[in-house]
Amino acid sequence: MTEGLLTATGVVVEFAARGGAVARALDGADLQLASGEIVALVGESGSGKTTLARTLLGLEKPTAGEIRFDGRPLVHSTRRLRALRRRVQLVLQDPAGALNPRHTVYESVAEGLRIHRLVEADPQGRPETELVAAALASAGLRPPESMFLRYPHELSGGQRQRVLIAGALAMGPDLLVADEPVSSLDASIRGEILALLLKLRDELGLGVLVVTHDLGLAWNIADRVAVMYLGRIVESGPTEEVLSRPRHPYTRALLSVVPETERMEPVVLRGEIPDPTRIPGGCRFHPRCPALADGTADAAGVADACRGTALPVLSADVEGHHVACHLHPGED
Amino acid sequence: MSAEVQPGELTPRITARQLSRRRRRAAWRDGWTQFRRHRSGMVGLVVLAFFVLLAVAAPLIAHADGLEVTRATGGVLEPPSAGYWLGTDDKGRSVLTLLIWGTRVSLLVGLLATVISMVIGTLVGLLSGYFGGRAGAVLFRLTEWFLVIPFLPLAIVLATVLGPSLLTIAFVIGVTSWPGTALLIRSQTLSIKERAYLERARALGGGRWHQIRRHILPNVMPMVFANTTLTVTIAILAETTLSFLGLGDPTRISWGSMLDDAYTVGAITTGSWWFIVPPGVCVVLVVLSFNLVGQALEDVLDPRLRGRR
Amino acid sequence: MTESEHGPLLSIEGLSVTYRTGAGEVPAVREVDLTVGRGEIVGVAGESGCGKSTLASSVLRLQPPSAKVEGRVLVHGQDVLTMNWGDLRALRWAGASIVFQGALHSLNPVQRVGRQLAEPIELHEPALARGTVDGRIGELLEQVGLPAERAASYPHQLSGGQRQRVMIAMALACRPDLVIADEPTTALDVMVQSQVLGVLSGLVAELGVGMLFISHDLSVLADLCDRIAVMYAGRVVEMGAADEIFTRPLHPYAAALSAAFPRIGDPAARYAPAGLGGDPPDLRSLPPGCSFAPRCTRVVEACLAAEPPLEDHGAGRSAACIRVGES
Repeated sequence: MTEGLLTATGVVVEFAARGGAVARALDGADLQLASGEIVALVGESGSGKTTLARTLLGLEKPTAGEIRFDGRPLVHSTRRLRALRRRVQLVLQDPAGALNPRHTVYESVAEGLRIHRLVEADPQGRPETELVAAALASAGLRPPESMFLRYPHELSGGQRQRVLIAGALAMGPDLLVADEPVSSLDASIRGEILALLLKLRDELGLGVLVVTHDLGLAWNIADRVAVMYLGRIVESGPTEEVLSRPRHPYTRALLSVVPETERMEPVVLRGEIPDPTRIPGGCRFHPRCPALADGTADAAGVADACRGTALPVLSADVEGHHVACHLHPGED
Repeated sequence: MSAEVQPGELTPRITARQLSRRRRRAAWRDGWTQFRRHRSGMVGLVVLAFFVLLAVAAPLIAHADGLEVTRATGGVLEPPSAGYWLGTDDKGRSVLTLLIWGTRVSLLVGLLATVISMVIGTLVGLLSGYFGGRAGAVLFRLTEWFLVIPFLPLAIVLATVLGPSLLTIAFVIGVTSWPGTALLIRSQTLSIKERAYLERARALGGGRWHQIRRHILPNVMPMVFANTTLTVTIAILAETTLSFLGLGDPTRISWGSMLDDAYTVGAITTGSWWFIVPPGVCVVLVVLSFNLVGQALEDVLDPRLRGRR
Repeated sequence: MTESEHGPLLSIEGLSVTYRTGAGEVPAVREVDLTVGRGEIVGVAGESGCGKSTLASSVLRLQPPSAKVEGRVLVHGQDVLTMNWGDLRALRWAGASIVFQGALHSLNPVQRVGRQLAEPIELHEPALARGTVDGRIGELLEQVGLPAERAASYPHQLSGGQRQRVMIAMALACRPDLVIADEPTTALDVMVQSQVLGVLSGLVAELGVGMLFISHDLSVLADLCDRIAVMYAGRVVEMGAADEIFTRPLHPYAAALSAAFPRIGDPAARYAPAGLGGDPPDLRSLPPGCSFAPRCTRVVEACLAAEPPLEDHGAGRSAACIRVGES
């Protein structure tokens, strides 16, 4: 099995919560990212997906576990992280807030170039203006020069998101991490941005990790999907497999309530995702699991395991459909 | 509001520096246009300009000899007349001459004190806001400590120890008024630090220095400017107070020292209003103008208010 | 009295709302016709700038005083736009109420939830005894699926989904006949969203209220509503039965909106995100002719001549496009 470009192994991230309790935003996750594929990290709020993405980028330090970049463990020093940041870029969620309102589009896109001094290092000796124009053009903003002196508040939501993507592309990264890239945009604009991400994968060989709650988005562009619940990945595999033939009861419930899913009886879970300071014992999903509630788990003889036995961390294997569930033993 | 670059207008020779210069010029132009719309701000600006002109042109308007006690030509505490527009002081000098020359000291000391206060305050506020942990906490405690110290006793002690001079006053005012600024800048820094574009800067690989210089400082500067004008008012009032208390340079005339002299010779009881009122009025006018300009600046520099016009 | 029982609950007729801003006149809503009956959920689909929020606030006459308003908004047969102040106050909340966009952030953080629920009740029925009001609050909370004890909580002690449900309870506090929900589930997780939608449809079935549900998510509307009106640049561009609009849209914009939500499991949607090019309409400078023309894939010369009227295409369907029905 070839090592991915960026891998997480057994990563745990804890935060201090109110009242001295410890919240485990991430409770053990294995994930592998490589260039040339789009992976969707799917989950509701509180699932830990954003924390995992940020930890992979070095923006959070793991409490336990390891992040490996290019085969080597990630050290959290400014210099080592800078090397990572050149090749793995982040596209943030809120395009309106992610751009400094006092900087022009040109300055925002050129920022990365200047930090990493890429203009001096350019093998073709191109000036900064050309590099910026090229990045803007790759992100679909044409003619790029007309955007140079615009300010973020003069742009539409879709344009701002493209500027953010251009800022990331300017450094020629291998991997892009997009946190909810389209959730704050109008529905009809989403297609364009998603098509752009696909184009970047096809034409530039970029790998993309898309963090989202939108399963439809995953169906649209992802090669692989990893579903997260309360700090763990509970199911992962090729998109067609996971979204058409889901095995984990949580994935099933999630798919069933999404209005876009064809032919599925809605299974509305009761309550909400528990507090990460009080993760349920055994299988963390068991208090809300419909399979436990309707007797399926009893029939399969695993009901006690569901309540008492913890499940291992799901493997990061990129092939195959993996699920962390007592009803499917041996498939993790 | 920004200067548009039309496609085709971009020649291969245009550089990033030219672009940023173009943008900066456009920004100044827009800022000035917006400032002009504030009637109160413009009034303040005009009044300030007048006083600055007065201070600069003092030697041309009123002869320096008019300050010499030995060459005083007027009578004692004479009311305003054709020869002496604002009358004379207790030593026979023209009050108008004193007033004009006093402008220099009051404005100079005020500005110097402000610079000291703003530099210390902004630096401490920025650093304590940006760096959390022990360093930030230490700086914060320092700020609080200085905030709590009563101004006047400290000023008197320092002035006594360092000797009466204008520099002392400026130093004393600067050193006692920076905490207010520091707290303001600190809270502004704290809120900016959490903004998404700071996270983006980190994700791009920007180190601490880059984040402070390119993102936090530019977004904090508007507050700094607006606060500066308000600090100046505090400084000028403080200088007036200290000079009034006799802690200033006895050889230099300032509006505060004029008030002190007036008080000492009992100008109130003798009804010599021309000695008391003019310096007081000048202080009020300058302070008020700075305030008006400061408020207008705050409005202009706050990007959130911009769209509402 | 009889008119309100037989006519529709809400009847918007030729409504046009134009804002007067420093930058000129902005036509936010242009000649909209819409009706909502008892026990019916009508959806309004559209994105930023389509005028849906202005439409919502017009029903309770909440537009800014400087706005120019034409047309009629009939609630129970009475025109809201020309009502006298006393009738309007009585209508607001007791006749019709709104769940605003971003409502879960609209709760007063320093007041207990029960107090905030009591406020509209006390305003409309000041004679009620304290005990009766408390009882009503408990009932309301249970109707939206929250335990009655939650009345003693502060907003920060509740999750996003719970706060949204409190806002819905608040909208029902004075037992209105008409509820307008403006993007009530937009900020919520998918699972919580389905819980809240369940609550809403349950309430419509149980209490017989009429609901106007506004959202940009056409798939949610298709699931929940009986009929949908799709709005673009201030006009209704398509109207009809909910599932019809979603599965067989007539207007190109409705088609684009529907295509933006791919059916999961549909192989045709794999690696094929469907989107709309161009920018959202600038209401200050609308093009002559069809306002959707700049972004339309089926535009022809005739589209630029005049704004196409909403035409009936049978079976309760209507669309404002001259190319509907062509082969």
